[in-house]
Amino acid sequence: MANKQFDNHLGIVGWLGGGRWGVERYLYILHRLTGLGLLLFFLMHIFASSVRMYGPESWGVAMAILKNPVFKLGEFCVFVIFAFHALNGIRLIFIELGLAVGRAEEPIYPYKSSLNNQRPLMVVAMVLVAILIIAGGYNTFFGSH
Amino acid sequence: MEKETEKVNNITVYIRRFDPEKDAAPRQQQYTLQVEKGMTVLDGLHMIKQTQDPTINFRFSCRMGVCGSCGMMINGVPALSCNTQILDVTTTALTLAPLPNFNIIRDLVADLVPMFGVLKGLQLYIRRSDVEEMEKPTHEFYQTPHQLEEFLQFTYCIKCGCCMAACPTMATDRQYPGPAPLTQAYRYNVDSRDDAGDARRDLVAASHGTFSCHYAGECSNVCPKGVDPARAIQLMKKDLVLNYFGLAKHKCAHLHKKPDKASYKPKIDVPAHTVGK
Amino acid sequence: MRETAYWTWFIIAGIVILVIAGLHMVVMHLPMFGVFNPESGAVTDWGNVAFRSQNQFLAFTYIILLGAVLFHGFYGLRTIVFELGPKKSFQDGFTVILWIVGLVLFGIGTYAAIAAKALETAL
Repeated sequence: MANKQFDNHLGIVGWLGGGRWGVERYLYILHRLTGLGLLLFFLMHIFASSVRMYGPESWGVAMAILKNPVFKLGEFCVFVIFAFHALNGIRLIFIELGLAVGRAEEPIYPYKSSLNNQRPLMVVAMVLVAILIIAGGYNTFFGSH
Repeated sequence: MEKETEKVNNITVYIRRFDPEKDAAPRQQQYTLQVEKGMTVLDGLHMIKQTQDPTINFRFSCRMGVCGSCGMMINGVPALSCNTQILDVTTTALTLAPLPNFNIIRDLVADLVPMFGVLKGLQLYIRRSDVEEMEKPTHEFYQTPHQLEEFLQFTYCIKCGCCMAACPTMATDRQYPGPAPLTQAYRYNVDSRDDAGDARRDLVAASHGTFSCHYAGECSNVCPKGVDPARAIQLMKKDLVLNYFGLAKHKCAHLHKKPDKASYKPKIDVPAHTVGK
Repeated sequence: MRETAYWTWFIIAGIVILVIAGLHMVVMHLPMFGVFNPESGAVTDWGNVAFRSQNQFLAFTYIILLGAVLFHGFYGLRTIVFELGPKKSFQDGFTVILWIVGLVLFGIGTYAAIAAKALETAL
């Protein structure tokens, strides 16, 4: 007798995790979000920077619009997400090419996994992200530009 | 020697119930349980079923962490109920739910058949081009301990489905094979006795295959046997990329010819398929 | 094999972006006057922009960066959309649309880079 089963797939909420997951799970979702953010920014950036082909007057008009503090804050946000996406990306390149996951070894309790192997790399990457964010923030808000 | 007075905790247990004949969607039901040190979640479920509510359903078999039957969500993390002590998880509230990313048959019982179907589809057995030798074996295959170590970790999989429940890609992508099948595919691809790497590679490198893994790493975090599916999948990506550039080297294990002075015992006649007759 | 090819070039594009966009960050935010910003003032002043547009090396690397970012970004978008489980016909159609849109945007950006370079020599 076939009873109706209940579809228990988590759907897109499953990407976000449930608060009990490891750091790497959240880095995964952040990497996705920053990637989408950068793509959106870049599509606008192509058109904004292409204005230079029309000469100095048009360029001046475009730059005057972008002098607005909203855009300056936006630029800093783009820098932050670029820093995260780039450094997490370096970490993922090492991992996904099998370079930071360690060799297969017989599991002996308490189990260690590739997550332990890549953790130093993850920590270094996140520290560099923090440094870049601070440096970028200083440059944007306190530097002479 | 005096027996230590065991502290008994009163724990609230929330169990996700689903009766396909009556319910449209799962609902939560609350129980109270007296928990002693050493009591596993499976023990607790038996206790509730015996003393409070005989209608709850859960799957179990070996009750010692080797069969893979009792996987479920325990306080939000997929784990084996027989392997998890209640007091290690909580001293106040225990929430049990069936494994996500599978259909629910009833209460805490998830339908793992789709996972077994995917495993079957990947042809997870030693395949070689010398078919005659496979059908009528004459000798053993050479395999060094180093060659064994390359895949031994991944043979410990008990197909419990915890990794599949933890994987974010499994949450949305129905075509994704999942950590367990991909790990087994790698286990056979890298086994030096196996020759069918190219056929399996075509299956796992397809769209929605290996490259849909993005190293969230939760599969390895929750695996109760330390199989580390995340490692296997990344190593498989490396293998696929090397193969793409034509740099992969895979030697198929040689037959081990018997020494001259040794002799084989007479072959035993094994009857073909006795099940179902 | 096609998915392996896409993914491998996606990774290579990522590394290319790392290098060139990293350089772009340095040029735009750590003004090294005299090297890429000969005129004093903001990095985005016309004189500096014109200098960089006219520079052979920079024009070329920016076009490479454009191609790499479009490929890397659109493959990422394609992966995310595919994981939401659309039908095969949608998947094939979406891939074709992404290729077309990507090539069109690449064309626009390359044309802008070449036009900007030509503009400078005309002045």
